[in-house]
Amino acid sequence: MGNKPLLEVKNTGIQFGGLKAVQNLNMVLNQGELVGLIGPNGAGKTTSFNLLTGVYVPTEGDILLNGERINGLPPFKVTRKGVSRTFQNIRLFNELSVLDNVKVAYHSIAKHSIISSILRLPSHFAGEKEMEEKSIEFLKIFSLDKYKDELAKNLPYGQQRRLEIARALAANPKLLLLDEPAAGMNPQETKDLMDLIAFIRDKFDLTILLIEHDMNLVMGVCERIYVLDHGQLLAEGSPEEIRNHPKVIEAYLGEEVHDVNA
Amino acid sequence: MKKSKQFWPFIIVAVLVYVVVQVLISTGMMNQFYSNTLILIAINIILAVSLHLVIGITGQFSIGHAGFLAVGAYISAIITMKLQLPFALAIIVGGVVAALAGLIVGIPSLRLKGDYLAIATLGFAEIIRIVFLNIDAVGGAAGMQVSHLTTWTYAFVCLVITIIVIVNFTNSRHGLAAISVRENEIASDAMGINTTYYKVIAFAIGSFFAGVAGALFSHNFYIIQPSQFGFLKSFDILIFVVLGGLGSLSGAVLSAILLTIVSTYLQGYPETRMIIYSLVLIIVMLYRPKGLMGTMEITDYFKLWRTPKGGGQHGK
Ligand SMILES: Nc1ncnc2c1ncn2[C@@H]1O[C@H](COP(=O)(O)OP(=O)(O)OP(=O)(O)O)[C@@H](O)[C@H]1O
Ligand SMILES: [Mg+2]
Repeated sequence: MGNKPLLEVKNTGIQFGGLKAVQNLNMVLNQGELVGLIGPNGAGKTTSFNLLTGVYVPTEGDILLNGERINGLPPFKVTRKGVSRTFQNIRLFNELSVLDNVKVAYHSIAKHSIISSILRLPSHFAGEKEMEEKSIEFLKIFSLDKYKDELAKNLPYGQQRRLEIARALAANPKLLLLDEPAAGMNPQETKDLMDLIAFIRDKFDLTILLIEHDMNLVMGVCERIYVLDHGQLLAEGSPEEIRNHPKVIEAYLGEEVHDVNA
Repeated sequence: MKKSKQFWPFIIVAVLVYVVVQVLISTGMMNQFYSNTLILIAINIILAVSLHLVIGITGQFSIGHAGFLAVGAYISAIITMKLQLPFALAIIVGGVVAALAGLIVGIPSLRLKGDYLAIATLGFAEIIRIVFLNIDAVGGAAGMQVSHLTTWTYAFVCLVITIIVIVNFTNSRHGLAAISVRENEIASDAMGINTTYYKVIAFAIGSFFAGVAGALFSHNFYIIQPSQFGFLKSFDILIFVVLGGLGSLSGAVLSAILLTIVSTYLQGYPETRMIIYSLVLIIVMLYRPKGLMGTMEITDYFKLWRTPKGGGQHGK
């Protein structure tokens, strides 16, 4: 495809009072890549996601999606431009059914107006039907359709994480941001998740940026890795390069890298 | 979807209720006291359901609903009494002006995340009350004479329209968007929902129907005074919603009916009224901390009853 990168982050950063949570962040993601973002606790990984999705407005730099500036846009507009995300601490619509959780993501594709819904015009029924059908189809891909009428809060933990990813994908993103999707999962669930991530990337022709503490997961699936420390980029490269990067070993990986090598 | 199956039964029941009451009134079998209580119940249900949309569905805490009631009451009274225009028009204009007031209060305060709406509505209701208190053209503290134009027919038609509009809104992609804001505003935003838009829309619709209720209210008493629209009135409406169970429309309807009856019978004894009222609240909060209905709807109980097993989930 094009040689223009999907996402370009240029010297971006944000300051909270005196704290520079993220500074001089530079990143380039090409179409179809699966890239990892790692770093110790408090390094600024989640804050970077919040910058990319419009939750925070950067105090410096620019963020370009397909060459178009998206910093300064509110989160819902960033999502509609094609960036969607999951959250480190799951944020489902707890009192809604699994089906309705996904339907919310289809909200913007249906076009029927409030008036048409109040008057129950044909366009209301057509629009609602389309949302419902698409959502059910979508749940099938994730084998979540058997839970469709269950309240989201009643799902087992692993399935909640899965549902959150499904919901983010239903918003039809070009770029998917996953914030520690394996957090709190057991090894089997983590392995299933890795398969799922590889699968959705191919199936939906996606670009994925993944925050993860589980080194096996990151090294296993990512083609390229960015390392953050104290709000700044420490290194960037293939898993192999990161594993052997002296600064990374010194600053943070140490033990864990030996584990992976072993 | 689900609603289309419930729509005709609802209409049939509504028509039955209307006809029976109307016959009782016109044959003189129901005296003025009872018909007035029924009209009052209808008005209070409209208030409860309109606030339910804001608090129960969209999750925005508004504690000044009486302010919009006052706007509808006074504007409609001006239209019938000063401009000599028809009552039906007065009801609509009362609602529209209340909705505009809702936009003015809602847009700045709902842009922000957090409970700014509570403070803004509280302040707004007080300001509106003081404004009417100081305008001599509408009688100031002494109040304004208003003809008795509210009939059972007007009240009931407005009630049915209110319920249909709010139920249809709720059971659509727009209602789902509003509920997603209540459930998790940050996630809703991240899913591409314009959260400010839906908060403002829900609030404006809620204000509109509070204004409609205001028009019915002011033409039901011969006189309106600013003191009728104080904080206690807002609190009464809030109680309907909380007592019924946040998020349950049938709950709001049910508690509006119950509490209107309780307070009508205790009208002669204001002190006793407050005590009994408080007792009812305390008992409900002790035994049903999520309100009378929790988040369930009446129709969910029918579903449960029809499918004894596995029908435990509820639609919305
Ligand atoms: N809204 C905020 N106001 C002030 N400080 C903040 C805010 N958000 C984040 N920070 C600070 O920015 C730094 C980076 O936080 P961030 O959540 O991005 O870390 P992280 O890399 O995601 O860590 P973890 O691995 O624990 O999730 C922390 O010191 C945090 O306290
Ligand atoms: Mg984090």
